[in-house]
Amino acid sequence: MELTSRTENSFKIVSVGGSRIDAAVAIEFKDAMRAQSDGGPDTVILDLSQVEFIDSSGLGAIVAAMKHIGPDRTLALAGLTPTVDKVFRLTRMDSVFSLFATLEGALNELRA
Amino acid sequence: MNYAPEQTSHVLQQKGVENAMLPSFDIAVNSGTFAAREAIEKLMEKLSPLQLDIEESGTFELVIAEALNNVVEHGYPDPENGGPIKIDCTHKSNGLHIHIVDHGLPMPDGKTPLGLAAEVDVDFMDMPEGGFGWFLIKDLAKDVQYERTGDKNSLRLRIAIAINATSH
Repeated sequence: MELTSRTENSFKIVSVGGSRIDAAVAIEFKDAMRAQSDGGPDTVILDLSQVEFIDSSGLGAIVAAMKHIGPDRTLALAGLTPTVDKVFRLTRMDSVFSLFATLEGALNELRA
Repeated sequence: MNYAPEQTSHVLQQKGVENAMLPSFDIAVNSGTFAAREAIEKLMEKLSPLQLDIEESGTFELVIAEALNNVVEHGYPDPENGGPIKIDCTHKSNGLHIHIVDHGLPMPDGKTPLGLAAEVDVDFMDMPEGGFGWFLIKDLAKDVQYERTGDKNSLRLRIAIAINATSH
């Protein structure tokens, strides 16, 4: 589980390097997100385009990351692949997060 | 004109039985952090002749991951004291029939949780970080049946994918 981040146009973009956010790495992911999102820009975009699979533990870890970032900042999710998108839709978490099909789309829309 | 429809459908059905169904198989993993990943990897390899599309494989992986995570977390809660998890898979015309057996702790009250959807219309800090697992299993799988026999947990379910599929 590797997270890399950069700041672009006053957004913090955190990219997930691994292909799965599941029970095996959920805690590691949560800790890494904490480290990446502390301080910095108000809007954090989590780039999930490399992630092919997420289970309920991974979903829980993303919710925990959102709570850690706090209600006054925003965690947006970008680049959802089909199975990741399915988990967000089924659990209705698609109504909680701002979801974007691509990172570029997220940048364009959030900038507007 | 007489098409003799009964005979035709009978012939087709027989052909289907001969050509389409993947032979039954089973795999086993040991309980632990990577049990679900390992099981999914082994199962997907066995299922490769079915050429599942992304929708089907996503559904399959999710159900197996959630079911196995439950066994690892609640069935064998002591990481020092894990145990085997066996998964049988039988391909039938209405989908993949999965049977998961472990020798861990029984389900509370001898039955699976209801698997209701987690409430998401709540205050920010009350957003659920868990409780999605059984909901996903019951939403994505059919005919979910749990049984405790002796020291054995037995979870049967059907995943309605690879319906009338041909194996290549």
